[in-house]
Amino acid sequence: MGLIQIGASILIALLIGTLTRAARNARMYLLLAFSILAIYWFQALLPLRSFDFWLPSLSLALVVLTWLITSPPGVWRVRQNTIGFLIIIGSVTFIDLSRYVLPEPVLTATTPPQFFQYFVFAVIVGQIIFAFTWASRRSPWAITGTIILLIIILIVLKTPALSLQMSIFFRSLANRSIENASFTDLRWLGFSYIAFRLIHVLRDKSRSHQFAHSGGERDKQMRHLPELSLPEFATYVVFFPSLAAGPIDRAERFAQDLRSDFAISQDEVLLAGQRIFLGLFKKFVVADALALIALNDSLATQVRTTGWMWISVYAYAFQIYFDFSGYTDIAIGIARLVGIKLPENFAAPYTQPNLTQFWNSWHMTLTQWFRSYFFNPFNRWMRGFKNIPAWSMILTGQVATMFLIGLWHGITLNFILWGVWHGLGLFLQNRWSDFVHRRFPDLGGNTRLQPIFQIGSILLTFHFVALGWVFFALGEPARSLMVLRKLFNLF
Amino acid sequence: MESTKPRIRLFAVLLKATLLFVLFNFAFIFLNKIPFGKLSLYNSIFPGRERFPFGETRESYNLSLFDLDAMFAAHILAGTQKTPDEYRVLLIGDSSVWGTLLTPEETLAGQLNTNPVIACGRTVHAYNLGYPTISVMKDLMILDRAKGYQPDMVIWLTTLEAFPKNKQLTSPIVANNAERVRGLITKYKLRADPNDQALVDASTWEQTFVSQRRAVADLLRLQIYGALWASTGIDQVYPENYEHAQIDLEADADFHELTSLRDALAFDVLEAGLSSAPLTLLVNEPMLISNGLNSNIRYNFFYPRWAYDDYRQMLAEQAAARKWNYLDVWDLVPADQFTNSAIHLTPAGETLLANKIAKSIQTICK
Repeated sequence: MGLIQIGASILIALLIGTLTRAARNARMYLLLAFSILAIYWFQALLPLRSFDFWLPSLSLALVVLTWLITSPPGVWRVRQNTIGFLIIIGSVTFIDLSRYVLPEPVLTATTPPQFFQYFVFAVIVGQIIFAFTWASRRSPWAITGTIILLIIILIVLKTPALSLQMSIFFRSLANRSIENASFTDLRWLGFSYIAFRLIHVLRDKSRSHQFAHSGGERDKQMRHLPELSLPEFATYVVFFPSLAAGPIDRAERFAQDLRSDFAISQDEVLLAGQRIFLGLFKKFVVADALALIALNDSLATQVRTTGWMWISVYAYAFQIYFDFSGYTDIAIGIARLVGIKLPENFAAPYTQPNLTQFWNSWHMTLTQWFRSYFFNPFNRWMRGFKNIPAWSMILTGQVATMFLIGLWHGITLNFILWGVWHGLGLFLQNRWSDFVHRRFPDLGGNTRLQPIFQIGSILLTFHFVALGWVFFALGEPARSLMVLRKLFNLF
Repeated sequence: MESTKPRIRLFAVLLKATLLFVLFNFAFIFLNKIPFGKLSLYNSIFPGRERFPFGETRESYNLSLFDLDAMFAAHILAGTQKTPDEYRVLLIGDSSVWGTLLTPEETLAGQLNTNPVIACGRTVHAYNLGYPTISVMKDLMILDRAKGYQPDMVIWLTTLEAFPKNKQLTSPIVANNAERVRGLITKYKLRADPNDQALVDASTWEQTFVSQRRAVADLLRLQIYGALWASTGIDQVYPENYEHAQIDLEADADFHELTSLRDALAFDVLEAGLSSAPLTLLVNEPMLISNGLNSNIRYNFFYPRWAYDDYRQMLAEQAAARKWNYLDVWDLVPADQFTNSAIHLTPAGETLLANKIAKSIQTICK
């Protein structure tokens, strides 16, 4: 999101917050309508014709599909859902028809497709959704199928080679030159976040059905995932402040805010304003300034001395933090203006004394997501194997989870290395803590040594994380290796 | 129990914030008179630059700005104490002196410093004060500002393109230093019009913080780029491939729509500069002499033969009449030693020029 989009979002949020005092439904409908407009407006210009219209439309189709297959039959009869559906279809149609009214595209990066094309698309997508919904009433595999579909799309988008192939495919389909095809042609706004919200709901619903049938008591949270109306669900998934960079909220928490009475107050505006300004400062002043000197592929080869290479790595560490946490602050602040209290995503991560605590305070909502939907189930599954030693289970669980978190950022060797680096780090830290607690049980009580240990731990953790960024920031392992050699003066 | 938390009035906060911003915005008009450009991280935290800041892309780790104070403050000259052994030479000129496509060591200044030259018993230390704009008024502006740095000699490299009167005030760095240029016009009694429309006079609104935010941001970015200069030594983009200077030329004998150079060239600006410095060497810089299509009409992209020949003759006459130290090296460098322009030299071309200039320094030094 650029400054203009952020400014417009703040104004819209203020307007919605002010106009819909204590009118819950009106607030929800307005939030839905603007969120839909926002996914088109925020979508970057793509070189493939009309893809800046088709991709957001597909996001909405996936939202409707997921809602339908996770809702009980007959939900259409509920008035709120009908209104929600009309808002979705009406907004998309309005955006498409704007091509006939506006001289220049305003709501989309390029002119939307002709109405006939949109109509055909809507009919085809509608039929697919209908077929999936019909299947879901008869087989639980429809939910699994949708999860797999979302994961496949994620894999394609996150794998440069596959994205390139898809771009070539679409260009060939449109009789366009494939020479200019690039893996960046399919930059689907916020899909990583949209997919994770959808998977969260699909998975929890699927589990809650399983437990409801089996009468199991485990994981009560899942059993309490409430039925969400279409406007609630769609607003949750494509909520405009958190569309591009999270946080990944939980559906039941989000719905709770939507269902609560909210009257915007001066205090609320001030608190939201403070958060937004803090975020703007972090992102557009601190992070953008640090970005000038932060480690990148060019600097990796150009920096001549060890000292400056460290500065470049430090700059990257702080740039990525201020950039991401700045966006989060802006999202949280804007959401607050409409009565939604988005979860925190950062809690002073660079001041944490160990890697576990770092991951409990860095991109927290993503970590929680992976903990809920991969780490915990995976560990439960591994505990079924009686002969596996505990350390081996910890190692496998940590490395596998961080490996997947790496892949979530992009399916490249460097992201994998970054994930494995953290997975191994978490394992080593776990073993070290275990060893220290067993061998030196009184160490924690030594008040004189405590501050030294604390500072040392913070510095060690920060540097471990900073060295991890060397993989994250660069495109190739060879380049990362070169930087690491420079950092330790091993030219 | 009654809450003790003080209640904040949103309207009052917004009003105060707006008032403070408006106040600061207009106070900036007066704050801006303070030469903030002189405050620099260069020559303290970061090493000074070997040449003036100039650049259009982020990849160059450099940027162009109009603040002459900031440009000098970022230059190594501002941070170098002159020693008794140093024979300080300032090089003034255009992009050929600045060194487009050349690393700092490959430029004329760099080469004069790499191979130590002894002049009058002292070691020559050359400073690159070239700037990629072709205008003698721009050169005079820099020279006038540089005089305070105790030069023993100023070497002014120039070419015909720097002289047409009608382009003296149009280059952005000159146009945006209106006050300074007017000062030069008065000080040296130049024939340029101090009220020329090309000179940019900022209105009151244009001097506010809101209008000047780009200049402020540029000043800050220049400081940040100091880290990149220090860590990489890079201050421009060095493309692997570039378009070479034109050899085949248009059959066009026009030079700035002039029919004669008499009274069309700003020799008064040159005279002002040369007379103001303690010891000067004027150099008619090397240029590409094409042997391609229509080379009988033009020497290169810049010059038709008639104009350049007239200029050389006029410059030689002026130099002789005023007893300037004058070196005409227009044909010193072979055509294959030019890069992307008829005045941009390869490192080998710069070596040829540096050797010639080194000899001249030794000859005329005092």
